[in-house]
Amino acid sequence: MIEMSYRQILQNGVWTQNTGLVALLGLCPLLATSNSVVNGLSLGLATTLVLLMCNVAISLIRPLVRPEVRIPVFVVVIACAVTAVELAMHAFLPGLYTVLGIFIPLIVTNCCVIGRAEAFAFKNNVARSAVDGIATGLGFLMVLVLLGAIREVLGQGTLFSQAELLFGEWGNSMTLHLIPDYRGFLLAILPPGAFIGLGCLIAIKNVMDARVQRHIAARSATALMTAGS
Amino acid sequence: MKATVRSMGMAALILTGFSVVGAGLVAVTYNGTKDIIAEAQRTALETSLNQLVPADRYDNRVVEDSIEIVAPEWLGTDQPVTVYRARKNGQPVALFATPYALDGYGGPIQLLIGIYADGTLAGVRVLAHKETPGLGDAIDEKRSPWILAFTGKSLKNPPLDRWKVKRDGGVFDQFTGATVTPRAVVKATRQFLEYVQTHQEALFVKAKD
Repeated sequence: MIEMSYRQILQNGVWTQNTGLVALLGLCPLLATSNSVVNGLSLGLATTLVLLMCNVAISLIRPLVRPEVRIPVFVVVIACAVTAVELAMHAFLPGLYTVLGIFIPLIVTNCCVIGRAEAFAFKNNVARSAVDGIATGLGFLMVLVLLGAIREVLGQGTLFSQAELLFGEWGNSMTLHLIPDYRGFLLAILPPGAFIGLGCLIAIKNVMDARVQRHIAARSATALMTAGS
Repeated sequence: MKATVRSMGMAALILTGFSVVGAGLVAVTYNGTKDIIAEAQRTALETSLNQLVPADRYDNRVVEDSIEIVAPEWLGTDQPVTVYRARKNGQPVALFATPYALDGYGGPIQLLIGIYADGTLAGVRVLAHKETPGLGDAIDEKRSPWILAFTGKSLKNPPLDRWKVKRDGGVFDQFTGATVTPRAVVKATRQFLEYVQTHQEALFVKAKD
């Protein structure tokens, strides 16, 4: 197997194999917590932290683990990492912990964590696994924040509401009321808004990818023609 | 055969090792954060209590002056409910508890109710609910000021038979398209007032747990 370059790892995690838009892993937390930017950002950060911790730990213990018990070992590692993150969040960001509630412990069930452990961290060294964890996490975080922003603007006419839960006192001044006296658009906040929004994001990504493909194809065709003439 | 058994044994050993190390790490984190979490929970509780009764009205540490009571027919749950007591110079000032309104549209609604020693309501807030967004969730203080209407009310004001929503002949507003939710909250609040009226002495006197 040819080892991927760091650039490729990053590109895969953030764009080509994006958890939220391509692999469609972890849809449950993605759809449920993306009703505002702050919620999306918080769950994205927590998931990125868990991915980083798990990838590094699993890459480190590679020589100790026999292939036949690797999955149960992954489960133990992931469960420990998530519990640690959950306890830390409860202690230091209690307001946020109340808002995200059940979705923090549920990071355990986010398939992308065990997916990266099995597909990447168990086969690569620590540095690569760490980069992969961060890249995958960032890809997920990006989709969460984007979807959160769309739903928050459409649903409440604000951005960064409740930012004080994440950033403390000065978060209060971050809240933007984009549309004054907005009556609210319930559909965007409720689950159907999440599905519709995610569908639109996937469509936009596919259109962008198709454009790039056409561009590359056209370029190589002209290159061939010039070479031929 | 022997090789298989040995390999199975190794696998079991590895898994046991990781479980023990993992449990150890979780235990260390738990111990490290335990006190901070408890303190954060106390602070959060104090903040919400102070919304109902201003901090200068009492001088004890309310979150530590608590008793557990079990009264399913009054409080909407067969689990013990914690009652917090606020005092000034040892004299009773107010009681707080978190009873449930059982007959909400989307299941039980957890309330936070504060009652002054003279029987008037310091206020009611909703702690947790699953009511319909946009309709029943107007009981939440963040969505509408409806819940503030309870502040200052008592069993004499309005009289007991008007402790209902307007549709049932009472004094409390209902919401357009959602009567079940406010009806449940009004009923639970009235029940709790009645419970406190009959048990007030005991609630303040009982030694803290």
